[in-house]
Amino acid sequence: MAKAVESSGELGTTSPRPLMRDLKAVGKKFMHVLYPRKSNTLLRDWDLWGPLILCVTLALMLQRSSVDSEQDGGPQFAEVFVIIWFGAVTITVNSKLLGGNISFFQSLCVLGYCILPLTVAMLVCRLVLLAEQGPINFMVRLFVVIVMFAWSIVASTAFLADSQPPNRKALAIYPVFLFYFVISWMILTFTPQ
Amino acid sequence: MAAADELAFHEFEEASNLLAETPDAATIGGSGQLTPQGHVAVTVDSGGSNGAEEEGEESDRTALLQEKPQPGLWTFGYYQTFFDVDTSQVLNRIKGSLLPWPGHNFVRHHLRNRPDLYGPFWICATLAFVLAVTGNLTLVLAQRRDPSIHYSPQFHKVTVASVTIYCYVWLVPLALWGFLRWRKRVRERVGPYTFLETVCVYGYSLFVFIPTVVLWLIPVPWLQWLFGALALALSAASLVFAFWPVVREDTRLVAAVLLSTVVLLHALLATGCKFYFFQPLPLAPLPQATSLPPNLPPPTLRPQVT
Repeated sequence: MAKAVESSGELGTTSPRPLMRDLKAVGKKFMHVLYPRKSNTLLRDWDLWGPLILCVTLALMLQRSSVDSEQDGGPQFAEVFVIIWFGAVTITVNSKLLGGNISFFQSLCVLGYCILPLTVAMLVCRLVLLAEQGPINFMVRLFVVIVMFAWSIVASTAFLADSQPPNRKALAIYPVFLFYFVISWMILTFTPQ
Repeated sequence: MAAADELAFHEFEEASNLLAETPDAATIGGSGQLTPQGHVAVTVDSGGSNGAEEEGEESDRTALLQEKPQPGLWTFGYYQTFFDVDTSQVLNRIKGSLLPWPGHNFVRHHLRNRPDLYGPFWICATLAFVLAVTGNLTLVLAQRRDPSIHYSPQFHKVTVASVTIYCYVWLVPLALWGFLRWRKRVRERVGPYTFLETVCVYGYSLFVFIPTVVLWLIPVPWLQWLFGALALALSAASLVFAFWPVVREDTRLVAAVLLSTVVLLHALLATGCKFYFFQPLPLAPLPQATSLPPNLPPPTLRPQVT
């Protein structure tokens, strides 16, 4: 009995063990995204918890109070959510149709985790927006968003590029570029009301 | 030598046209199941584009002999055939649509019986996002110069842009293809393009609008109209040159009406986008006066232009 409680991943164990293990796995993947090297960790044991946390955080932060008319406002929570997941699925399907040998969920996992730099950019932007508005404010935000955008692209390319046939790499990477560009645009144009 | 080369080139051209029109014709042996389009095109291709001609033909022959039946509609492999393009091919097709030339048929020269869906899909996606982003940027820049203009992210325009462009690139080629097939029964001579080839022509012809939309950021009105007219001319020319060989067999009236409808729809799309995304600029709403002395009449609000 004591042995069953100690070991993780078996039926009948108490819940805190697997939760810690999962959290550690998510944290490890965050580290891999922040310092991208060619490693298979992200691909081998994929999970979608990290992308879900990041996506919800980003969508919550991008939400504005709808004092403005519904028509003219920024993206709502559901819109951000749909764009991120639908975009990731489209890119994955595209890369598989082009002949890539990466599985569906592995690709979703990589694309979702590589939103981490942009989520950090969103946090920074929100903090910067608390200060006085003006051109310097905008320049700082622009710089942060551009750097994080480049970081996301580099991170996801490091993981995804190898799975494509060599004469189609650019075809598979371009949609990733477009995807992170749209997210960066949403972050940059965020103005609290 | 030049004359001989020219003769050879023309022969090749005619052969490729004939083969393209009758995609079921077999050029190698008569062995069993041949995929109608893929491998006929590949043998024609290998003469021109690859260096080692014989090598290309050899591998095609062996590939043909090991040919599996074409994947069904419900399998993933079927859709993979529409994405069977390399980076260089996509770039080549984009270049071909940017520089239309009267004798240079986009479908025969560039597509060569291998239409792809990658180009149209991602060009439309890029155009939709570029339209929304630059439309928004125009608003930002205008607000800089004139603080009375009301800025908002206007995110719903992304949805409008993508729906419009994707519908255009699917429904108009569908109508055109349907119409050409109906005329084919009347004329019975020249084979029209397949549906995917029509979609391809339309999709690639929209590429020239992407840099144009970015250039529309420059706030000089006559320059914007000039760029728009240039882009429309290039794009419409590429469409017209692609469809001219198919309609020239028909009566003059039908050909003229068809081509002018194609150009007109294209012009409608361009002007519609210009008006919806780039003007007019909304004015900031006046602050509502909430605390007024009771004996003054309520102020009339300036009408909002959105």
